[in-house]
Amino acid sequence: MKYESQKVALAYFIVALALFAVQVTVGVIAGYVYVAPNFLSELLPFNILRMLHTNSLIVWLLLGFFGAAYYLVPEESETEIHSVKLAYLQLAILVIGALGAVVGYVFRIHEGREFLEQPLWVKLGIVVGALIFLFNVTMTVLKGRKTAITNVLLIGLWGIAIFFLFSLYNPSNLSVDKMYWWYVVHLWVEGVWELVMAAVLAFLMLKMTGVDREVIEKWLYAIVALSLFTGLLGTGHHYYWIGTPSYWQWIGSIFSSLEVLPFFAMVLFTFNMVWKRRREHPNNAALLWALGCAVLAFFGAGVWGFMHTLHGVNYYTHGTQVTAAHGHLAFFGAYVSLNLAIMTYAMPYLLGRQPYNQVLNMLSFWVMSSAMAFMTFTLTFAGVVQTHLQRVLGQGYMEVQDQMGLFYLLRLGSGLVVVIGALMYLWSIFGPVKPELVERGSSAAPAE
Amino acid sequence: MFDALTKSAARNIFYGGSLAFLLIFVSLTAHSHYYVVNTSTAKAPITDGVVLGKHVWEKHSCINCHTLLGEGAYYAPELGNVFVRYGGDKDPAAARETIKAWMKAQPTHIEGRRQMPQFNLSEKELDGLVDFFAWVSKIDTQNWPPKVSG
Repeated sequence: MKYESQKVALAYFIVALALFAVQVTVGVIAGYVYVAPNFLSELLPFNILRMLHTNSLIVWLLLGFFGAAYYLVPEESETEIHSVKLAYLQLAILVIGALGAVVGYVFRIHEGREFLEQPLWVKLGIVVGALIFLFNVTMTVLKGRKTAITNVLLIGLWGIAIFFLFSLYNPSNLSVDKMYWWYVVHLWVEGVWELVMAAVLAFLMLKMTGVDREVIEKWLYAIVALSLFTGLLGTGHHYYWIGTPSYWQWIGSIFSSLEVLPFFAMVLFTFNMVWKRRREHPNNAALLWALGCAVLAFFGAGVWGFMHTLHGVNYYTHGTQVTAAHGHLAFFGAYVSLNLAIMTYAMPYLLGRQPYNQVLNMLSFWVMSSAMAFMTFTLTFAGVVQTHLQRVLGQGYMEVQDQMGLFYLLRLGSGLVVVIGALMYLWSIFGPVKPELVERGSSAAPAE
Repeated sequence: MFDALTKSAARNIFYGGSLAFLLIFVSLTAHSHYYVVNTSTAKAPITDGVVLGKHVWEKHSCINCHTLLGEGAYYAPELGNVFVRYGGDKDPAAARETIKAWMKAQPTHIEGRRQMPQFNLSEKELDGLVDFFAWVSKIDTQNWPPKVSG
């Protein structure tokens, strides 16, 4: 850690990881409700559980992005953060908003559009928090060195804030509502979030491989160009069946098929940089998470997305467990892994230690990743069965669900393993430090 | 080929291309907005009942169990065509009564069956909800879902 103000990131990461624990815990409870549907059915019905699961995910990922920005922007800009106080004020506003939302949901205080259930005051709090953040980070970048990494990161973060404004627009025409709802949801996760992801991966590669900045930043621009060239019109794959014109079936199929390209480019990028590395960075766990992030995002977002994105396929699979399978691995691969990668990298510096508990941390990667992969397979099988019985043969929804019990049981099992993996990760970060077991070669170049 | 590309060229391609694609996307959604309002959802008017029904739908976060036009939580049946599934396209009055009776009868308390909570809706809210379902069922969705089972 070269700049005192980077310390801000520590608070963001701690809150983010606390919410991560909430997210996976509620996820397991919801998975259990699939198996034993009477459990909690009056106290905390499934709709409340799911809001808690998805909202805590989104908020902790965003807090992780903010923390990552506060960590890497000073190093990139070679200057302290404009205002540390504002950064903590922003965190306080977001924490109050998040706690208010979580407690409110339990007492049935919420709005009702998927993922945007936050009450209006929380939404406005998020906007205020985002504005403080953008002001703070933009001021920092403006007074310091400008790099492609901060540039792309800032465009991504500004995009997040701008597209979130569409959450405040809720027309009475459902089709219009849905169309702009995707301006938040799709243009976030398949648009501007990818910019944040690519920028953070580029930062990690820069620090850990020692490859030339020129090379890394060229890759970065190429990747994010692919992201937006495909992702913007790729929104069309959500405009097939909601009352929008039929031309989206062609536009959506073509461009969203190409959405696999930026993720493939991220795999090529990270592996190429590691092969060409000019230094041996001591933090192997962070490197594993970064490479794992690119690979799992390619499969979860890329391959599993492509699987049901062509309109002829999507006509049958839309809104089945196939979608759930894709959603789980895409979020885990792209954004959960990204956050865990930057946290694994930054935490030793933030806590003033050598990279520590690496074996446990790497083990947690394999446990969580395999469990998420297993969960994705079971939900995919469930989705295929559901698609055939319900969408091809026309059997009733509940009747079909009864046929899928085995898959839901397997999913619950994999969910439990994810929680174990998450606890291992948290222990590796916050638990006591033991002497390292792994012997490493000497570094060719000094690590940053 | 990638070696021939310079960083500033890559940056300019990113800026120019993204802006171009954003403009295309925004123009197409503007056209789609016009199409939705005037064509695909124009079969039935958005009455006060439909507006109330959408509000009831959101107030109780129905989307986090059900799907509506395929979007939602996959834990409970698709409701975009629920009005048709209950025969509302042939006998709207009977479908209305059946849906309202269903809402009032929840939860079933059957062991091992997914439970829908009791939302204690007023008669007006129930009618609004059915108005909303009836309106949604008339959206031109390019013939989705493939089967009436949703």
